[in-house]
Amino acid sequence: MYWNPAIERLSAKELEEIQERRLKALVNTVYDYSPFYRKKFKEAGLHPSDIKSLNDLPKLPFTKKQDLRDTYPFGMFTVPLSQVVRFHASSGTTGKPTVVGYTANDIRNWVESLCRALVSCGVSSDDIMQIAYGYGLFTGGLGFHYAAERLGSTVIPISAGNTARQVELMRDLGTTVIACTPSYMLYLSEYALEMGVDIANDTKLRAGIFGAEPWSEETRRRIEEKTGITAYDVYGTSELSGPLFTECTERNGIHIWADMFLIEIVDPETGEQVGEGEKGELVVTTLTKEALPLIRWRTGDITYMESDKCGCGRTHPRIMRILGRADDMLIVRGVNVFPSQIEHVLLQIPEVGEHYMIILDRREDGLDEMTIQVELSDRVSIDTTSDILNLEKKIAEKLKSVLNVWAKVEVVNPGTLQRFEGKAKRVIDKRKI
Amino acid sequence: MIKQISVFVENKPGRLAAVTEKLYEKGINIRAFTIAEAGDFGIIRMVVDKTEDAYKALKDAGFTVGLSDVIAVEVEDEPGSLYKIAKALGDAEVNIEYVYAFTSEQHKALIIFRVSDVEKAKSVLEGLGVLFKGKIK
Repeated sequence: MYWNPAIERLSAKELEEIQERRLKALVNTVYDYSPFYRKKFKEAGLHPSDIKSLNDLPKLPFTKKQDLRDTYPFGMFTVPLSQVVRFHASSGTTGKPTVVGYTANDIRNWVESLCRALVSCGVSSDDIMQIAYGYGLFTGGLGFHYAAERLGSTVIPISAGNTARQVELMRDLGTTVIACTPSYMLYLSEYALEMGVDIANDTKLRAGIFGAEPWSEETRRRIEEKTGITAYDVYGTSELSGPLFTECTERNGIHIWADMFLIEIVDPETGEQVGEGEKGELVVTTLTKEALPLIRWRTGDITYMESDKCGCGRTHPRIMRILGRADDMLIVRGVNVFPSQIEHVLLQIPEVGEHYMIILDRREDGLDEMTIQVELSDRVSIDTTSDILNLEKKIAEKLKSVLNVWAKVEVVNPGTLQRFEGKAKRVIDKRKI
Repeated sequence: MIKQISVFVENKPGRLAAVTEKLYEKGINIRAFTIAEAGDFGIIRMVVDKTEDAYKALKDAGFTVGLSDVIAVEVEDEPGSLYKIAKALGDAEVNIEYVYAFTSEQHKALIIFRVSDVEKAKSVLEGLGVLFKGKIK
């Protein structure tokens, strides 16, 4: 089954023609309408007319998350705000979020991309889909919602959390497909058992679409063993729109729709393209985005690419499971966190020093827990335990306001945290992904 | 008024030893001692014979140290002594934030108080004739 059979089965040559045409139009658009890109092109000594074919792609400068921050909030938009129909936003380094705008076409194309994906993993209008990703500024909930409705599936827009209700509605309404984080699915299945509901035998759930955090084949096996469902991986980032691509029923990589997105894998150090099947950083050029087009966007995600024809009949290239990050970004409860954000907050608090550690663990309920250890300054004077508890609370609140996720703060004795020569390893990740 | 030293320590094996080692090295004697524990950490509070030396030794060793004025009360080592004082302070609306006690050869039972209103507490305790005005030996 295909959502858009004509496009999904185009030959490699036909796809390249579309990509080339759209890339040329794109560089002209951003050059004409975005002072940010025009400046970037000029600095690189580049004119849109220099891009004559896909082979010229490496001439184009990369764009990075820092560019979005530097131009906050609308500096990279290429349409007037009157054409923007929605914003999504994620947390930023200095408390300022990164903002993504969408035109009506951007929403339509996002829906198109995810509809193709959902059909490729077997979702249809007969399905009842429980969307347990967060709704709101986070792209997960609304992204799945619009696509599932467009498909004609029956949507349960339950959002994240409230596990007892999730189990109850799953059983009573006959949910067949769930979308949530893989760690939450594991928790949900345990919780259901405690409520006397065995997902494998007492519900109609048959598939799950899991993402928004790193996970592994081992976790896939655990989910499938516990629940008897088929687990699919989903990929997307807020800057590219949100959840966009999933595995097909072959489960041999995630199809990236080449008519809408041009992908490269590059060496994260040198920025040079690497060969097919070689590991590197995923770089994406958006070919149809209007409000916030991205040229050679560095996703920071490490993976590799296969472009031979898939057993499902689709011709679009596939990326394999995300193997890690090119930068130090952490994903905590589905929220992107950079250690530099934490450092920035701590430096503003005179009662603590500049050394810190970040410890990530996964609680029994499947939720991530982040603990920040920081040294108490030897210059402060303390008398009561509430002095310390209030300080920890103050730091935790400041961190929450910047990161959009709670961290537990532990102050420790001065001089006791590890010192690093050269590259600091401040993150201890105990989570089993 | 006497000086009390507070030290922040993590709730981990060896932390108390690290603090008391510094005091031992300087020949400092602890006269009264308590630990307020709060999960991952604790606050050691103590009254010592050589306060300034102790403060400097711990500071130099990198500890986070506080120095605060506390009230000491000298009472007969007999039933009802603490009750009388606690009641007098309570009647005067003075809050006792924390309290610990010790006895020694040189002193009768000595009770260390940290209160919300030091001046009011002093006048209440002087009225009772129990305020300790000497020096901790």
